[in-house]
Amino acid sequence: MNIDFSLITTEIALAILGLAIFTLGLIIPRSARKGLGNIALLGLIIVLGIAVYSWPNQGETLGGMYIVDHFSSFFKIVGLVAAILVVFGFRRYVAANVGNYLEYYSTIVFATLGMIVMISAGDFITLYLGLELMTISFIVLVAFRSFDVKSLEAGIKYLLLAGMSSAVLLYGLSLVYGATGTILFAEVAQSIIDGSGGLLLIIGLVMLIAGLGFKVSAAPFHMWSPDVYEGAPTSVTAFLATGSKAASFAILIRVFVGSLTGIQEHWVMLVAVLAALSMLIGNLIAIPQTNIKRMLAYSSVAQAGYIMVGIVAASQSGVKGVMFYSFIYVFATMGAFTVVAAVYNKIKSDEIADYAGLAQRAPLAATVLLVCMLSMAGIPLLAGFVGKFYLFMAIVDGYMWLVLLGLIMSMVSVYYYLRVVLVMFRDDPVDPTPLKMETSVTITLLIALGVTVFLGIYPGPLSEIANTAAQSFFTP
Amino acid sequence: MTFPILTTTLLAPILAALIIVFLPKENDKLCKSVAAVGTGIALALSLYVYFGYDQSVGGLQWVDFGQPVPWIKDLGVTWYMAVDGLSLPMLLLTNLIGFTAVFASWNVTHRAKELMILLLVLIAGVMGTFIAQDLFIFLLFYEIVVIPIYIMVVIWGSSKRVTKEYAGMKLTIYLLMGSAFLLAGVIALFVNSVNITGIADMSFEGLAQVAFPEQLQIYLFALLLIGFGSLLSMWPFHSWSPDGYAGAPTAVSMIHAGILKKIGGYGLIRLAIVVLPLGARFWAPYMAVLGVIGVAYAAMGALAQKDLKYVVGYSSVSHMGYVLLGLASLGIIGINGAVAAMFAHGVMAALFFSMIGFIYERTHTRWIPDMGGLAHYTPKLAVGFMMAGMASLGLPGLITFIPEFTIFVETFKVFGLLAVIGIAGIIITALYVLRAAANTLFGPARPEFSHIKDLKGPEMVPLIVLGTVLVVGGILPSLLFDMIDSGVAPLLAHINDVLQIGGR
Repeated sequence: MNIDFSLITTEIALAILGLAIFTLGLIIPRSARKGLGNIALLGLIIVLGIAVYSWPNQGETLGGMYIVDHFSSFFKIVGLVAAILVVFGFRRYVAANVGNYLEYYSTIVFATLGMIVMISAGDFITLYLGLELMTISFIVLVAFRSFDVKSLEAGIKYLLLAGMSSAVLLYGLSLVYGATGTILFAEVAQSIIDGSGGLLLIIGLVMLIAGLGFKVSAAPFHMWSPDVYEGAPTSVTAFLATGSKAASFAILIRVFVGSLTGIQEHWVMLVAVLAALSMLIGNLIAIPQTNIKRMLAYSSVAQAGYIMVGIVAASQSGVKGVMFYSFIYVFATMGAFTVVAAVYNKIKSDEIADYAGLAQRAPLAATVLLVCMLSMAGIPLLAGFVGKFYLFMAIVDGYMWLVLLGLIMSMVSVYYYLRVVLVMFRDDPVDPTPLKMETSVTITLLIALGVTVFLGIYPGPLSEIANTAAQSFFTP
Repeated sequence: MTFPILTTTLLAPILAALIIVFLPKENDKLCKSVAAVGTGIALALSLYVYFGYDQSVGGLQWVDFGQPVPWIKDLGVTWYMAVDGLSLPMLLLTNLIGFTAVFASWNVTHRAKELMILLLVLIAGVMGTFIAQDLFIFLLFYEIVVIPIYIMVVIWGSSKRVTKEYAGMKLTIYLLMGSAFLLAGVIALFVNSVNITGIADMSFEGLAQVAFPEQLQIYLFALLLIGFGSLLSMWPFHSWSPDGYAGAPTAVSMIHAGILKKIGGYGLIRLAIVVLPLGARFWAPYMAVLGVIGVAYAAMGALAQKDLKYVVGYSSVSHMGYVLLGLASLGIIGINGAVAAMFAHGVMAALFFSMIGFIYERTHTRWIPDMGGLAHYTPKLAVGFMMAGMASLGLPGLITFIPEFTIFVETFKVFGLLAVIGIAGIIITALYVLRAAANTLFGPARPEFSHIKDLKGPEMVPLIVLGTVLVVGGILPSLLFDMIDSGVAPLLAHINDVLQIGGR
């Protein structure tokens, strides 16, 4: 078996970065460990550079177990961008509320590595390897505030439920293996065309949906997300909501649209129902929430529903929609959670009621939260509108009910987003002193704002890149 | 490549808003002046474009950059800003009302800076819908206006019969729900057009050339009708309108009743009727029935109201019923009348709301039984109020008379009895308008109002500008009608071609 190392430079660089942070952290004195954040940031930017630079490289390595195409490169870049924003935008938050820089930053890097391995997986073993590396890192990260009961509770919940879902997934994988006799995606697809299948495969497929549905927090497998999102450190919540989700969507597409196409009729309807449920449950339960992190958790369940629409399409335009939406979703979510973390740093509260008068105390933060939430709701001139347009375009033939449901539910989401806006903009602050944001937070907010607005007005370039990437997925 | 005058018109308020962002918030007079200059420039440019439009040539003119600029290639979206006889009256109306709305808010001191910024964004958003000749760009502007309105209502609105939070949310949810249907319809329309022609083209012109099958047209038209209809406050999707206007601050009521609603009517013509003529033919009778129900029902509703803003709110629902009726006739005279009625109602409603706003600022009430004899102390205000009232009941010599007349001429031919019911609505209109005016303005002078001052200075601007348009439009209707006709005639010719071939 020959290994083409040029295809896996990103992964190698990331692994080196993670180990380097770990060893360096042990060598330098405890007081100097704060600087590890900068090293992680610098390292991740370099890795992103490598990932962007190796965009033209395509191929398979390790005997088909590892696939590098534009599709995987695109999602890798998304994951790395999320990681960079997490490391950069939450520096103050981490310093004030998390600590343990050494373990924190190296675990973030390893979680990113897990995502990237999973995105490129060409067989079920690699998939599982990446998934577990990511999940275990996240279990550690979620429970990082060991002095905080909520964080510990969230960690235990995530541990138990993620373990459950991994078991279900693994069982599903074994059934698919049993039915087709192979673990390579390409060979699974071929074997389905050749006629293997039957009940065993269908059961395996349902378990796959359940296992991966957990990762993207699609209803009804979303139960963990509100508690975990609320309890975890906000930086970890943001990473969980963006990077982990985007990577899981990539592998969902790879497995279902790429490999199980032959038995489409068995899973398309199932995914459509999951998408519809996620939109309904996510948006409706978000309405009565009073904690902003919980509200965003439910809203991210709904977002998963929208993204799954692109998988229902099982076509190039659907995949393209998913890619476009995942990219903009990262920035919108990061922007929102950066505001949440920055505000928490100052007022030590995540309750929506305490956001009163934020527009007067921190105009930029309030504006960014407004813009990011409206983008998630799909209001025009913001990227979310174009993203939804692409997604729903893909299924308008045949799934009109889902289009209507999705659009109506996104208008419902405006209702609870506007409640936050109401508190921020209408109410006068209890304590009118301006909240001064750190430079890193301000820059992160400006990036999120800029990208969300720019791609809403001029989505052409990203849309073309996503299209190329989706094309490479269908015609390798 | 020509000078992008329409884009400049669009950017003038946005630029003013950007300047205001950097002004100190204590200096609210300065903020308002900048806003006035921004909207004034937009108004001047749109007047220039209006009178520079060559009606003998017709069609789309003043195309920015000389041709559509590619914007989003894979969706076939182009930055295609141009105007024809249908867009121009709407563009002019937008800027007339935008300009006067700044002056109608001249006395607002609470967070005036933010109010001006949102107002300018709102004006630019509305303007964009009327000059965009590309469906996608149209949609961008169509939905963006909802959010500034919500914020404006909840901060500067008033809570009387309903709280301003309730009013704002009702307004927002209704319009967004409508736009969900609209959006679904547009996505389906676009995807089908690509399937049929193989080319992605989002321009209204291009879409109009696509031969959609009849069944599809009927189905899509229904979606678009719900979407645009709820913005046009078509019965039974109208109930946001009275509550929303009552809760909204003056400037928002002016813009919302004056122009925002008209996007619904404009969209129905530009997109629904022109692109889907077979669907329009199927749904026209239903539209007419809904229009007539709207006319009668809302007029009755207005009759029962005691809050001035509710009276005008219901009255505007009623007037939009006429517009719907005119559109449903699918004939050139009826549609001309409908477009002219939209323009006329816009001017009238804006004047009405600005006068009510001034009354409310002075008396702190809009409750008709609590008022009376205001004309003794505020003759100028009374003149504005009466002009708007007379225009509302369609007094000949004012701008609203001829549009209503033409609508009835056409619809009587097409629908017969329905039109008669519609005409009967005018009588009720006269009743509630005159009663409101009599109980508010006339009667014995009341000593408790002796301290209130008449309009002066900047407050005169809405009265002068909008009043002039009401009168000039009434005396010289050709200024408006010739323009509209030059825009509607080619569209109608296209529709008739399609309908005669029948199905294609």
